[in-house]
Amino acid sequence: MTRVASALFSRLVIIIPYAWLLFFFLIPFFIVFRISLSQTAVAMPPYTPVFDLFGGLSGIVEKAREFSFDNYVWLTEDVLYFNAYVSSVIIAAISTLLTLLIAYPIAYGMAKAPKTVRPTLLMLVILPFWTSFLIRVYAWIAILKPEGLLNQFLLATGVIDQPLIILNTNWAIYIGIVYSYLPFMVLPIYSSLEKMDHTLTEAALDLGCTPFTAFWRVTFPLSLAGVVAGCLLVFIPAVGEFVIPDLLGGSETLMIGKTLWNEFNANRDWPVSSAVATILLLILVLPIVYFQNAQAKADSEGR
Amino acid sequence: MKSLGSIRRSFAPWADPASKPFISVKNVTKRFGDFTAVDDLSLDIYTREFFALLGASGCGKSTLLRMLAGFEQPTSGEIILDGQSLAGIPPYRRPVNMMFQSYALFPHMTVENNIAFGLKQDGMPKADIAARVAQMLKLVKLEKFSQRKPHQLSGGQRQRVALARSLAKRPKVLLLDEPLGALDKKLREETQFELMDLQQELGLTFVVVTHDQEEAMTMADRIAVMSHGKVIQVATPAEIYEAPNSRFVADFIGDVNIFEGAVSGAEGGYVRLEGANGFPIRMASPERPAAGARSAVAVRPEKIRVSRQPPANAPVNAVQGEIWDIGYLGDMTVFHVRLKDGRVIKASSLNAVRAVEDPLGYDQEVWVSFGEDAGVVLKD
Amino acid sequence: MGTWSRFNIASIVLGFGFLYLPIVLLVIFSFNESKLVTVWAGFSTKWYAQLLHNQALLDAAWVTIRVALISATCATVLGTLAALALVRYTRFRGRMLFSGMVYAPLVMPEVITGLSLLLLFVAIGLDRGFWTITLAHITFTMCFVAVVVQSRLLSFDRSIEEAALDLGATPVRTFFAITLPVIAPAVFSGWVLAFTLSLDDLVISSFTTGPGATTLPMKIYSQVRLGVTPEINAICTILIGVVAIGVVVASIVTKQREAQRERDERAAFAQS
Repeated sequence: MTRVASALFSRLVIIIPYAWLLFFFLIPFFIVFRISLSQTAVAMPPYTPVFDLFGGLSGIVEKAREFSFDNYVWLTEDVLYFNAYVSSVIIAAISTLLTLLIAYPIAYGMAKAPKTVRPTLLMLVILPFWTSFLIRVYAWIAILKPEGLLNQFLLATGVIDQPLIILNTNWAIYIGIVYSYLPFMVLPIYSSLEKMDHTLTEAALDLGCTPFTAFWRVTFPLSLAGVVAGCLLVFIPAVGEFVIPDLLGGSETLMIGKTLWNEFNANRDWPVSSAVATILLLILVLPIVYFQNAQAKADSEGR
Repeated sequence: MKSLGSIRRSFAPWADPASKPFISVKNVTKRFGDFTAVDDLSLDIYTREFFALLGASGCGKSTLLRMLAGFEQPTSGEIILDGQSLAGIPPYRRPVNMMFQSYALFPHMTVENNIAFGLKQDGMPKADIAARVAQMLKLVKLEKFSQRKPHQLSGGQRQRVALARSLAKRPKVLLLDEPLGALDKKLREETQFELMDLQQELGLTFVVVTHDQEEAMTMADRIAVMSHGKVIQVATPAEIYEAPNSRFVADFIGDVNIFEGAVSGAEGGYVRLEGANGFPIRMASPERPAAGARSAVAVRPEKIRVSRQPPANAPVNAVQGEIWDIGYLGDMTVFHVRLKDGRVIKASSLNAVRAVEDPLGYDQEVWVSFGEDAGVVLKD
Repeated sequence: MGTWSRFNIASIVLGFGFLYLPIVLLVIFSFNESKLVTVWAGFSTKWYAQLLHNQALLDAAWVTIRVALISATCATVLGTLAALALVRYTRFRGRMLFSGMVYAPLVMPEVITGLSLLLLFVAIGLDRGFWTITLAHITFTMCFVAVVVQSRLLSFDRSIEEAALDLGATPVRTFFAITLPVIAPAVFSGWVLAFTLSLDDLVISSFTTGPGATTLPMKIYSQVRLGVTPEINAICTILIGVVAIGVVVASIVTKQREAQRERDERAAFAQS
């Protein structure tokens, strides 16, 4: 009896989360892809070949005839979508680079901090992550506005004599992404720096490196795993970001997350938004797979 | 090449007042906050010497080594290397290299690149680097492993790479921090002799930190026994073992029986003690302590005899007891003999023949005794 | 490790200033007398008083809290199981796919997750509303729980489980009597993480919601689009305050417990 229970237990440990993720994570992607092949219609739901789970094989085959790639053709014909994809990737890449440049010195300083201080610093980095993303982005509006706090400060101190126009430009988006995703970059870099054997740096110094060359030839290469993980953790979600371009970006800012949202909520065009999502996923599939492999490798090393 | 022994026997620059030390540690103190790791320590180390810093963990030996390497700065005092003060010189400008306890091999570089690392920092021409790396690989017998990464090597191979890397720059002094600590016993013993040969061959000065007394005894020309940031005794291995200058050193190195007592007289190079264990002791000693002073005699187990018959000069240096424990170690047998007052004395005897007629057994009444020059009279 | 140089300290101070200054400013201006959020006109708590009379807002808050409580609890169970599956069962059919499905949601753009879940709910004919939001939140937060619990399980000393098995406990008993108590702190922090992620979520909720189920972030978002007001600052301050107090209290409790354990160990060591 107990042996049966144990065997069942170990099976269930795998089966329950597996089934959940299959049903709520993987299958939805196929549905997205399917609907991206259907036609728009003024109905509820607003697309024609309604997915019918109980229609049997013949039903599926019949519906399959009605599939079309019209939505994808539509995407290629309208330069707006192409530009949105390209500018999303560029904005995400620039933001990722800026985040890295800001996060690395912070992570390095934390790893160098006395052991007793480190847990506190770690908590201080994680804490903003617990407060709402929306709130943190919102906080920047009041700062970046033309009559906002930053301009007030800069005008008062005499650094500038004309208010800077930052809000509703790409600069505001960069700031928003860097600010919102900074902890995601700091944490993996910190953890790779923190577990590094510090005698390696000493060995490099002992063999004639100055502290600067020791950093570039030993410390930095060994923290690359953390750098890559951090960059992916920032870059991938940033490409599809919606809240930041919507609240901080201008009307001419093109980002694909915003386009998808508008297509879906304003135009109620589900097939086209599904096609947009499918292509976005295709763009991100390589970095995501790379991220998963890096993650799985890190786990097997931690074992 | 001359054999190690012939070089060793004549090598004693510390005994020659005319020779100048290569490394001079002068009144060095190192404090970390309230903790004093090294306490007003002075030492001289000579060219081509194999010098060991021996002590328990936390005695300050590693801190001293790290000050030689330049990773720590003395709080006060100074270190002089080859006539030049090392004060303020960073580790990367010192003509010394270190072999780390953890080996500190760069995990992202091959064996070859690890060894070449220091040479590249010096801007050595590429061809020269290649030649030097090949030479080092040959020296540590790792020619076949040049393209491997550290994680693809065994512990012994990693140790050799670390050694080759620290030797590649031909440092004036090689510092070794517990160089054999991570190896298993058999490999450790082999490597001890290899290190000694290498040191002779290259003519370098080695300073090794270890907590393993056997390792220090085997390899070093001289040993500094350290405790609580101070050097207790600096001497050759034989002197340390046979003539410890204190109870601490006697106790720290090897097994020892310590007999306490009050001095009752001293004549003609001998000291007499009224032993606290109920028998008088007469021991050779260059010192002449005053009568009535408390003193102690240290006698190593192998210098104690165990016999059924009372020795000729009993009861001087001899006392009765019963055999409490017998430990057979193959090459020798260790006896624990319990005296009437409960004190247990350790004695060991060499098993020179394969089988002894009527060997000593448990619970037998025996005499333990030692000669008049078997032990050392300790000062404290 | 090494020395903490001036450069290190400066980068930390500047970095943390950057992280905290916007939040601090937001909190300060929630107490502003004026309706302008960028000009200080004296201290006032009137915006907080107004909040209490905003029934729609209070309703949204209540929906949000219920969603967060239910979804965090379910996500913790599922996420812990997923972590166990990943760490303990290194070989089973489709493990690659499984680990992929655990890690991918961590980086998946929210618009994609939101859209795909919505289309699933439509396809299976589920009425959209409170429960679809909850299901969606369980799905994306369970992966965060899995990662948190997994990192604890990786450093778990399995010999104590083997000892329990050796002493006659069944694997199921061993899990509940030994494994779970040891990993409990990680499971708890996983729950807190899932709870706050659910509390904060805007995009996925917006996609999967239906009539009558408006969450607080959705409410805030629709007001933010109309402009910055001290009233929103006040809601945000309350949210920040709740989360900050929760996290700080939790970390102080764990720290004290650890300190207590260290003291006990030292005392035990001194006695022996």
